[in-house]
Amino acid sequence: MNWGSVSTFLAMGGYAGFVWGSYGVTGLCIALETTLLMARHRRLRRKTD
Amino acid sequence: MTATINWFKYASPPAFYPLTGTLAPWFFAAAAVFGAMGLYVGFFVAPTDAQQGEAYRIIFIHVAAAWMSMFLYVVMAFWAGVGVAFNTRLSSMMASAVAPTGALMTFIALWTGALWGKPMWGAWWVWDARLTSELILLFLYIGFMSLQAAIDDPRRADRAGAVIALVGVVNVPIIYFSVQWWNTLHQGASVSLTRSPSMAATMLTGMLLMALAFWMYSIAVVLLRVRCIILERERNADWVKQLPEPQR
Repeated sequence: MNWGSVSTFLAMGGYAGFVWGSYGVTGLCIALETTLLMARHRRLRRKTD
Repeated sequence: MTATINWFKYASPPAFYPLTGTLAPWFFAAAAVFGAMGLYVGFFVAPTDAQQGEAYRIIFIHVAAAWMSMFLYVVMAFWAGVGVAFNTRLSSMMASAVAPTGALMTFIALWTGALWGKPMWGAWWVWDARLTSELILLFLYIGFMSLQAAIDDPRRADRAGAVIALVGVVNVPIIYFSVQWWNTLHQGASVSLTRSPSMAATMLTGMLLMALAFWMYSIAVVLLRVRCIILERERNADWVKQLPEPQR
């Protein structure tokens, strides 16, 4: 798939909001779940000292 | 004395906790590799769809998340059932560790489905068999988590949660077969064991890579959560107190 330019890639054939809205929220959920769990684990380890 | 491998060694939290610490980073790494490959194939190799244009590219996360949402429910019900049947505390901890990630995958499947449904069907949401049964799955996950959170004694919470988990498992085949059993707006299965896939080979490759990435991510994050649950529930045990200082 050759998009030609960055702007045509970002435009997603007119479906930019739908495609990037899906990928963006999914990425955010994954990043949030991982960071929250890492913080929770770090907190627990500190408490057991 | 015969030398046998003790398969139950890792069923005890003191043995399982260090194992999860070793394994989780590898599953995160595998998720990142498969995810990068899947995104590359999904955006730069797979062609534009003849009917749906570029909007179909939502499929790469939508299907992966929907598969995981159903699969994780079965895993959760399995561990909850084992925990009740054999009274093994780590099994119930595994069930509790799977639930939030399962709920998240269900949410992602519904969210990406709404963003895909709007341009293709003209509606964010319809009360269709596939969509409704997936929404019920989200409520089952939330019900499991809230019930466990509402009961103070963890062992009683495990048993109560197991009832929801095991009863709710009937919903999984309903979701899966809903597109065959009812006349629905949702398209049929893209991949099935009995016939060849109804899509281009590169689209299928992208989808399977993303499914693998979600699978690896789910394992990694469940291991990370079960580590937290183990520390929370076993905080008064000697082995937890004797854990080495965490590195900074």
